[in-house]
Amino acid sequence: MNKLHLYILAAALASIGLLLFSYKAFVLGFPVKPATTATVWNVEARLKFLADDKPAKASMFLPSSSRKFAIVDEHFISGGFGFVASWDEGNRQATWAVRKAKGAKSIYYQAVVRRVHTKAPEPPSKAPEISPPQLEGTSLAAAKSLLAETKAKSADTTTFVGELIRRLNRPVQEENVKVLLRDKPTTDRKVRLAVRLLRYSGIPAREVNGISLQEGKHDFSKKVPIVHWIEVHDGTHWVSFDPTTGRSPVPEDWLLWWTGPKRLVSLEGGSNLNTLISVSPKIEEGLSAAVRRAEISKPFLLKFSLFGLPVNTQAVFKVMLLVPIGAFLLVILRNVVGIKTFGTFMPVLIALSFRETGLMRGVILFSVLVALGLSIRFYLERLKLLVVPRLAAVLIVVVGLMAVISIVAHRLGGHTGLSVALFPMVILTMTIERMSIVWEERGSYEALVSGIGSMLTAALAFLVMNIKLIEHLVFVFPELLLVLLAATLLMGRYTGYRLMDLYRFRELAKG
Amino acid sequence: MLAILHALRKKGVLAINKRNAEYTLAYNPRRLYPLVDDKLRTKQLALENGIAVPELYGVIEVEGQVRRIPQMIFDHDDFVIKPAHGSGGEGILVITGRVNNGRYRKADGTILFQDEIDHHVFNTLSGLYSLGGQPDRVLIEYRVLFDPVFEAISYQGVPDVRIIVFLGVPVMSMVRLPTRMSDGKANLHQGAIGAGIDIATGRTLTAVWRDEVVAEHPDTGNSVSDVQIPNWDKLLDIAARCHEITGLGYQGVDIVLDKDKGPLVLELNARPGLNIQIANNSGLLPRLDLVEKNYADLGSVGERIAFAKEHFSVEHLDRLGSA
Repeated sequence: MNKLHLYILAAALASIGLLLFSYKAFVLGFPVKPATTATVWNVEARLKFLADDKPAKASMFLPSSSRKFAIVDEHFISGGFGFVASWDEGNRQATWAVRKAKGAKSIYYQAVVRRVHTKAPEPPSKAPEISPPQLEGTSLAAAKSLLAETKAKSADTTTFVGELIRRLNRPVQEENVKVLLRDKPTTDRKVRLAVRLLRYSGIPAREVNGISLQEGKHDFSKKVPIVHWIEVHDGTHWVSFDPTTGRSPVPEDWLLWWTGPKRLVSLEGGSNLNTLISVSPKIEEGLSAAVRRAEISKPFLLKFSLFGLPVNTQAVFKVMLLVPIGAFLLVILRNVVGIKTFGTFMPVLIALSFRETGLMRGVILFSVLVALGLSIRFYLERLKLLVVPRLAAVLIVVVGLMAVISIVAHRLGGHTGLSVALFPMVILTMTIERMSIVWEERGSYEALVSGIGSMLTAALAFLVMNIKLIEHLVFVFPELLLVLLAATLLMGRYTGYRLMDLYRFRELAKG
Repeated sequence: MLAILHALRKKGVLAINKRNAEYTLAYNPRRLYPLVDDKLRTKQLALENGIAVPELYGVIEVEGQVRRIPQMIFDHDDFVIKPAHGSGGEGILVITGRVNNGRYRKADGTILFQDEIDHHVFNTLSGLYSLGGQPDRVLIEYRVLFDPVFEAISYQGVPDVRIIVFLGVPVMSMVRLPTRMSDGKANLHQGAIGAGIDIATGRTLTAVWRDEVVAEHPDTGNSVSDVQIPNWDKLLDIAARCHEITGLGYQGVDIVLDKDKGPLVLELNARPGLNIQIANNSGLLPRLDLVEKNYADLGSVGERIAFAKEHFSVEHLDRLGSA
């Protein structure tokens, strides 16, 4: 009776979705396929600190355009702070100051970094004047002997620097290096030491700090570490050296942020400084070009699209928009195939956490967690607890197990176990509870069938949600969700047999 | 696979998607569900309409009332504890007698202490067995002593008769026989046997046990087919009247046969299961279509039962099948 109504609604939704999609794809030129390499990144630095109720001043170095990268589209968000940009020893620096500030303050710096391909040869630069550093006592002796040994094993400046770096990085350090590095052989310290030693030998060297813009690897919620390396002036140009391998030049995706031994941020009149740098690769050149075109011709359309959101919200949506895909898959698996799962959307949420852990590791961690939780749940059954306290007890046990698994996995090597924390613990608790009830009431067979069904569904949802093309399509063309909605509505009236019905009623097919 | 699909279509087997979309959603208004989902309301409704149900000994609504259980059952040695919102027979505790020191004997012979019973009631109250886990009420009621006709073909527990009623017409029926596997419970998915019943005569047909067709009871070895259900016309009458009582278009009526009190309505179900088709070796769809077509002409309960007996008798269906 309502079928016509439903068909019209579904057709309307699907055509709106497809129309918007084709308009964006064919008129505005949004790319339909994801590009393989990113050439544009969104970089964000966030400073957080507690102001002390007196004048506060924070300074941060800023990246400058170089021959490898162009810095475009910078934004400074500093709520109430006065802002000045200046130069400090060859680095660009931003200074935020306020007469009086109190409480937690956040300052944001956002920039779009674009890879540039410069063909023209680099113009020569003059070697800077350097004053040799002062060394005394044991350090002086150690430095002298280390430099002498290094010199003996090298032919020119390049091999000299390479050899020095190799010596600083030996797994078993020689005495001289130990004396110089003291007890904290971090890369940062090694870089600083190498620069001092090179300068002491009369080679113009400097410490360079930056970040690695690895393609497609960053999640916006994660902190990007600062990398340090060494540059040596060979008389005409600065030449870079990787401080751990001695290789020259450093990888292409290392973005120079500032030079010199100073810290990235200096703060006066505040405490608890927390700096977070995050990077997300912008989908690709073609896309931002299309966005820019649309900005000019159809500003309204863009203002109300996902691209108008702050970058880390965009990253959240990149994941969120995959949930409908998983949900639709679930509809098919349950209503057309007839797979049994625990909880309607539990497999989709598990699949989302598989994105962090990887499929195999995720499946293993999930099984281990459920199996352990289940055995503890069976023990709790004997204590005859009321339902809500029992659920809370299982939840506490699940959280505890997550911590234990993380620690054990971490000790055994690698950070694989750490990602266990990303499993949705409440969902896990409910899964354990339901599984144990089914186990008791309908037997282990039913419980395992549903358990394995949930796992298979989660794995399948993960595989589908992990397809790059799908991820790209839903993010760039969220209007396709209308098409998905239309298909889901139609599935809501699918009254045919499920695949499992054929098995269930097979006796009836016999005669 | 396609052959199975074709055979099922030909037989008119109703599967879950279609049942939900075209029968339960279409004929059972949501607002009527509480009448059948809450066994206490079903009981009251049945009594108001002169339909016999197992006598209620007491209701426990909040945790504080649990200590009143011994008082509620003081006069009774045997009783049944069940959740008001239970589904699929879960959470039902059958006590068949008392042992000294205030202990109880369960249907399978195990001994229970009072605190174990209390724990079960607490669990039920906090929603362990109810749909969606909402807080529930607990009913303590008369334990049905089943009719001797079933003695040879059931293992502990109480067999019950399920009749699917569509628009007031009984369309298909089966008797569910507990087995050792079902732990004395009369639910097919827990391992009970379902034997189809000829609507016209009330005699059992083929039987199904765990998706397989069987001829004998697995525990007693006695034949489960061609058993006459006593009081069959009375059962059909009760089932047909439930349509007016609840207003539900598509429902399952569960009736037990007590040796002293006769047919008693145990519960009504707004989403009755589909395995009844396997037990009858017959699809529901042709019968449902027939009722839909003739609904306008069927008025009284008597007319509807006559219609069912005429069209859904095994004899008539066989004739149709061979034609």
